[in-house]
Amino acid sequence: MSRPLLEVSGLTMRFGGLLAVDGVELSVEPGQIVSMIGPNGAGKTTVFNCLTGFYKPSGGKIVFDGQEIQGLPGFRVARRGMIRTFQHVRLFKEMTVVENLLVAQHQHMNTSMLAGLFKTPSYRRSEREAMERAAYWLERVDLHEFANREANTLAYGQQRRLEIARCMVTQPKLLMLDEPAAGLNPRETDDLKALIAELRDNHQLTVLLIEHDMKLVMSISDKIVVINQGRPLAAGTPEEIKQNPDVIKAYLGET
Amino acid sequence: MIRANLKPAVISAVVVVVLSGLLMGVRLDQDGTNLSLVGAGPDVYWKIAIAATFIFFYNLFRDHLAKLWQSMPGMPKTPKQLVEVSKKPVLRQLFWCFLIALAILWPFISNRGGTDLATLVLIYVMLGLGLNIVVGLAGLLDLGYVGFYAVGAYGYALLAMYFDVGFWTGLISAGLLAALFGFLLGFPVLRLRGDYLAIVTLGFGEIIRILLNNMTWLTNGPNGIGGIPKPTLFGLEFSRKASEGMQSFHDFVGIDYSSEHRVMFLYLLALLLVLITLFVINRLLRMPIGRAWEALREDEIACRALGINPTAVKLSAFTIGASFAGFAGCFFAARQGFISPESFTFIESAIILAIVVLGGMGSQIGVILAAIIMTILPEMAREFNEYRMLLFGLMMVLMMIWRPQGLLPMNRPHLELRT
Amino acid sequence: MPESLYYFIQQLLNGLTVGSTYALIAIGYTMVYGIIGMINFAHGEIYMIGSYIAFIVIAALAMFGIESVPLLIFAAFVISMVVTSAYGYSIERVAYRPLRGGNRLIPLISAIGMSIFLQNLVRIAQGSRDIAMPSLITGGIDIGPQDAFHASLSYMQMIIFAVTLVSMVLLTLFISRSRMGRACRACAEDLKMTNLLGINTNGIIALTFVIGAALAAIAGVLLGMYYGVINPYIGFMAGLKAFTAAVLGGIGSIPGAVLGGLLLGVTEAITAGYFSTEYKDVVAFGLLILILLFRPSGILGRPEVEKV
Repeated sequence: MSRPLLEVSGLTMRFGGLLAVDGVELSVEPGQIVSMIGPNGAGKTTVFNCLTGFYKPSGGKIVFDGQEIQGLPGFRVARRGMIRTFQHVRLFKEMTVVENLLVAQHQHMNTSMLAGLFKTPSYRRSEREAMERAAYWLERVDLHEFANREANTLAYGQQRRLEIARCMVTQPKLLMLDEPAAGLNPRETDDLKALIAELRDNHQLTVLLIEHDMKLVMSISDKIVVINQGRPLAAGTPEEIKQNPDVIKAYLGET
Repeated sequence: MIRANLKPAVISAVVVVVLSGLLMGVRLDQDGTNLSLVGAGPDVYWKIAIAATFIFFYNLFRDHLAKLWQSMPGMPKTPKQLVEVSKKPVLRQLFWCFLIALAILWPFISNRGGTDLATLVLIYVMLGLGLNIVVGLAGLLDLGYVGFYAVGAYGYALLAMYFDVGFWTGLISAGLLAALFGFLLGFPVLRLRGDYLAIVTLGFGEIIRILLNNMTWLTNGPNGIGGIPKPTLFGLEFSRKASEGMQSFHDFVGIDYSSEHRVMFLYLLALLLVLITLFVINRLLRMPIGRAWEALREDEIACRALGINPTAVKLSAFTIGASFAGFAGCFFAARQGFISPESFTFIESAIILAIVVLGGMGSQIGVILAAIIMTILPEMAREFNEYRMLLFGLMMVLMMIWRPQGLLPMNRPHLELRT
Repeated sequence: MPESLYYFIQQLLNGLTVGSTYALIAIGYTMVYGIIGMINFAHGEIYMIGSYIAFIVIAALAMFGIESVPLLIFAAFVISMVVTSAYGYSIERVAYRPLRGGNRLIPLISAIGMSIFLQNLVRIAQGSRDIAMPSLITGGIDIGPQDAFHASLSYMQMIIFAVTLVSMVLLTLFISRSRMGRACRACAEDLKMTNLLGINTNGIIALTFVIGAALAAIAGVLLGMYYGVINPYIGFMAGLKAFTAAVLGGIGSIPGAVLGGLLLGVTEAITAGYFSTEYKDVVAFGLLILILLFRPSGILGRPEVEKV
């Protein structure tokens, strides 16, 4: 039995007097698609921010690929292969689509000053490979024809796909998606679902996502984790969660 | 409509009088230990009256004026043809070739004064391009840029004084020294938020100036350092009589001495430095680091999520920008022959910042144009010298209100994917 | 009691005196930053203008034969506060309000330009050289033995303490008890929300600038009389130091600005008294850098968490 890619225990986050996250636990096996759901304000994005290093958690342990990462700053967590998206798409708007994908590969590229200034062969190879990888992913997300357009000229659904392509180009181990279906129409959501499934199937990708779109969550997830008021409420397969009385109560209130 | 505007119009006119009446309408006169007031003279009273009247009528007819303003053509945007032209690489290259050729020919077609002025322009171009990296490309507001300029100048002066270092060695050392300062200063402060960073860098610039002023055992304090050796061309000096063991240029080439030669040489040297700067910056823009600067400027949080270390990227911009200031400082010291802390005040930082902002943040051709304007205008309008700084401040405010993107906003070349 | 103790007390008193005036100016910075998140770079020049107006008023009244010192000072305060308030309001209206929202660099650059503009306006109008005024208030009380080295607390210093204290109390009462003060606090918490609740936030922001300017005027009058000398360039340094004080105490916090001002004043005085007067300006910047490195939220500030 392989060890979990991500293992979170006792995660707490305090903002002054407010305890936003209290003892959250979850674990994600390699190759799984895990969804984190819960009513609005339950603390899901806060959990995300703690996991990805954008907040420094007040307590708890986060083990990613065998190493403890709690407290590490965001960019270090990203370099270890945990890449996240945001609720509102954060593209580099005035850069072109392909440039967005080149910037994302920064840590893998030849950034030596002298090599770049004099265009050494190794520098040129590094640029070429980055360009090829960008082209490859643009084709996978079907944005190849927009390669040289500025990112903000794309439709929102296309921007979402670009954001995911940008994540993929960093060769991540775990993809963290924060409400990826927000703002998408049903057709775009279906495309998104197909894309996520395909990435998991063919690219050794593990996915953890926050979502409100229940249809997407139920159809795509291997496991669902429910958070309510900062505390873990339930975890299990979609079937189990659908029938869990506590979950129903949390969403619909007391009947 | 006019009725409704009457009250605000009167109020604003009164405000103008309050603002200027006491502060400008009378003049403090110091006679020994006696302090008295003197009227500022009828021309000031007239100016205040005119200003108040103007504001009154402006507010009274504000709505009409606003309608008039709307119907008028707006601030000229960069003309469409120019924008199209700038997008075609061949035409851009032609433009730059033309510009460079003109620059090279300049000393031969202009007189000594014109060449000298042009050299000053080139120094500011270099400073502007350097600060452009920090402010325009990486988006870091550095108000203490003059500090690195001073480090370069004093670095060369001191090395020449104590270690007999020549210009070319001094140039490299000055750049490295300034870069080192940039690294040391940047390392702790670059994670601060934009406006805090601005004030802290301002503080750094001031600290450097104060230290230069007070560490007289090293820097000679306010008296400055003189006798800084001028640059040579492969060992040939540009003086009438060469110093011991050296040969002078005119002897070597076999022509009569003329003081013009040195001026021309200095100009061409400055031009060479500027061209190298332009080359380096253009390369940097197409390299990963240049892309990282732009991405960081656009969205730092997204950069962090992709594994880019924002502090390291900011530090690179800061250090590289500082090194260019160092080079400029060294050249400045060599050209003047004498430097003192007075040349490195906050106002210099403000002027260089104004050049970057006026030109259009990130745009190189804009910086060049702005440097030319900022250096030449004061020369042309000598009579207004007293008002120079006043108008400078006013210009900064107005530019931000009317055209914050600068005269020639940046039109960056994009890396293209060939399909 | 040893001489060194009196020397120390003297430095302390001097430091607290100057520190109080830093506090007055710092409040202007902190209030504006707290509501619109902008550093009013031109605030130091407002202080300088306050000093100049004070001198002008006193000189004018003296020329008319008015000799009563309390009357001179009172007039200086009132008129100076009126004029600087006008400046504060006008600057906000003309150079900052049109630039609100969006890129933070742009209003900052505008503020720098405004600072340079004001500095040179006064320079052209009044000349760039120092202008001195004879002391209006002399004398003080001695602390310590009459015939040996002792500290002295001048009446001028006492006035500075008193005026600063009264100003602080009035301001605190205003902020905590009055309706407009409540609106100020609401704006500092959440500007957008306050606006949506129907409060005229533009008016509140303008009020903030006016209050800050009035306090800077008070500092200008006090320091003008204390040092007896002014020139168009005193605003720059005073502004930087007051900003340092505001950050030191926690930007956005008025008690913080006071605390920061006093701390900075005392640290400067100690440095000047025991190490070197030339480097006392460096102390201010050094403190600023240290506090921003190790506790950016300041002494009384709350650590800000970045919303992602």
